[in-house]
Amino acid sequence: MAESDNIVVETAEKIFADLADPQTINNDKKDSWQAPLWQALSEAGLPLSWVPDDLGGSGASLADGFALLNAAGRFAVAVPLAETMLAGWLLAQARISSPESEMTVVPASPKDRITRDADGALSGRARGVPFAKTAKHFAVLAHGKDGAVIALVDASKARIESGLNVGYDHSDTITLDKVQPITVKPAPKGFDQTTLMLMGGVARSLQIAGALEAMLDISVRYSNERVAFEKKISKFQAVQHNLARLAGESAAALAAATSAADAIANAKSFDDEVYLEAASAKIRCAEAAEKGGAIAHQVHGAIGFTSEHILHRYSLRALAWRDDFGSESHWAVELGKLVARRGADELWPLVASR
Amino acid sequence: MTAALRFDPIRLPEKCEQLRKEVRAFLAEEIAAGTFDPHKPNREDTDAPEFSRRVGAKGWLGMTWPKKYGGQERSFLERYVVTEEMRVANAPTRRFFVADRQSGPVLLKYAPEHIKMEILPRICRGEICFAIGMSEPNSGSDLFAAKTRATKADGGYLINGTKIWTSSAHIADYMIAIFRTSPPTKENRRHGLTQFLVKMKQPGIKVNPIGQITGQYEFNEVVFTDFFVPDDHVLGEVDGAWKQATSELAYERSGPERFLETYYVLTELVRAVGPNPDTRSAEGIGRLVAQLHTMRRMSVSVAGMLQAGKEPVVEASIVKDIGTVWEQQLPHRVRDLAAFVEETATNRETLERQLDFAIKTAPKLTIQGGTTEVLRGIIARGLGLR
Repeated sequence: MAESDNIVVETAEKIFADLADPQTINNDKKDSWQAPLWQALSEAGLPLSWVPDDLGGSGASLADGFALLNAAGRFAVAVPLAETMLAGWLLAQARISSPESEMTVVPASPKDRITRDADGALSGRARGVPFAKTAKHFAVLAHGKDGAVIALVDASKARIESGLNVGYDHSDTITLDKVQPITVKPAPKGFDQTTLMLMGGVARSLQIAGALEAMLDISVRYSNERVAFEKKISKFQAVQHNLARLAGESAAALAAATSAADAIANAKSFDDEVYLEAASAKIRCAEAAEKGGAIAHQVHGAIGFTSEHILHRYSLRALAWRDDFGSESHWAVELGKLVARRGADELWPLVASR
Repeated sequence: MTAALRFDPIRLPEKCEQLRKEVRAFLAEEIAAGTFDPHKPNREDTDAPEFSRRVGAKGWLGMTWPKKYGGQERSFLERYVVTEEMRVANAPTRRFFVADRQSGPVLLKYAPEHIKMEILPRICRGEICFAIGMSEPNSGSDLFAAKTRATKADGGYLINGTKIWTSSAHIADYMIAIFRTSPPTKENRRHGLTQFLVKMKQPGIKVNPIGQITGQYEFNEVVFTDFFVPDDHVLGEVDGAWKQATSELAYERSGPERFLETYYVLTELVRAVGPNPDTRSAEGIGRLVAQLHTMRRMSVSVAGMLQAGKEPVVEASIVKDIGTVWEQQLPHRVRDLAAFVEETATNRETLERQLDFAIKTAPKLTIQGGTTEVLRGIIARGLGLR
């Protein structure tokens, strides 16, 4: 998953560089950059990377898609790329074709549950659904008496209470009240809400890691420009050590996220080892978002706290992404329970399993 | 181009898993035979010469070295598996660990052929113990301020001065040390130090024990008085040790021993909380396991870089920085959670005894083998800040 040995990532990076320059889009109060960017991403087939050709997508590998999400994190763009990719992936699990539109996944929290009643209608409430407000379709995982199903739902059939997350991106509450889906099929055997949350969590982990890479870069650059006490602040040992810690947090986040992505891309099922990888990635990346983001702000001083500066595009979004598909607190509890259930003498074999 | 460091997700190959089984079976036999107790990291005598020979007989020392020197020509990833299994089991590795990890590789690179042929096979057989002579009473992190002199004499050098904090010097057969052969120059304050192989247990060397706050006895003061080292014991370039010291750091700093030193308290906590932990314990354990897993993946990744012939000095520094801070905090985080363990937990006493020792061990972890401050300086240099 190196940056430039991947045609999907190269394509995406070129589009981001051309149409989503951080300073330009930060200055654009009307967000007029979003439509052209989305169009370019769509024309390149990127939002449906994880959808096979015969279901309307571009059929990229899981690994390429994960690398794409990491690149998207480096640009921290406020378009539903990750969400549409996840929605397409979810639909493809049940061999449902993806429409060419902005999509998101429902639910986006392990606590929310959508149910399917006897006549096939979907009901339930899901909080913190990213970009629900602008999505045309939802990919929904629901539970009925015959088990889990995956459904494509027209977004206009849902009631949406609009909200914003800490990073100023749409994070909405959606309510389905006996909504008939466009298409519905059984989920594959063994696929449940935990599977979806782990996959979503790894997507967010890669985005957080990407945002931390960007924060490290702009912080290093700024420290080499800003002069205080008659020298560049990068020459102060206190600043150097802070940046070294930011580099460590960035590296840890990237290592955890790429390891989990690699585990999923090469796994036959979501077993305990994949669970460890994916849950750990979300926990560790969330911690890095907090620690690393704080350092990036500290290095920038007051200028980084202004809306004119691009830093908050990364720092706040990385913090916001912690909440989606299960917070680090959620996954820590679940991972802790898994470890306890397996027993003390099975902890090391689990950690050393890969 | 980004300044961020990438740790590619290296997976251990299949042959590593076979090896892991062999190592676990071997350690289980040793435990059963009473060689060591995996639940007692605080034993007083950590030297186990016979165990060292048995590990050597298994072919697990000098694993990556050429066969002609007694090695196995196996990969760094295989060595990694042996190292982490030994560490997690609290096996008594003191006698061979330094030789296997760093002294052997230094000899491989810089020693004359006849010395390699003489010493390396003995390391592989687990017969000899090495110490590292870097710090002095007035130079610790500032390695290049070392003053112990090596004065040219007929056929060799005479050594005078003192090394300190030298782990295992009291049992070591050899030391690899840096001594001053010339004064530093104006242009390069690191100039003038030379790396030497020193044969211990000889007249002219006095080893004085130094007690530690853990109650264990590991490190020493080593005093050299007109001690003679022959010319063929010079390792590498005279006055040029500074060029050699850095590349070994990746070996020294990235291994599993850099985050597993206090790991046993986490295992024992999991045992104490049992199969149905409360939310607080589960959350605490989950976070610690996630952090541990991440560091291990980074550390394995560095082993993969070493295997690929790279010199990942900055990456290794990041592993050691994050890893040692973590293993230092671990006993305190486990103590936080242990406060809520039921009085009836059968291993409560074991956990308390282990915590007691781990808490006393913790302060050294961010000092030994390169302080946190030194590591962050190296990382900062890697970022182009220095």
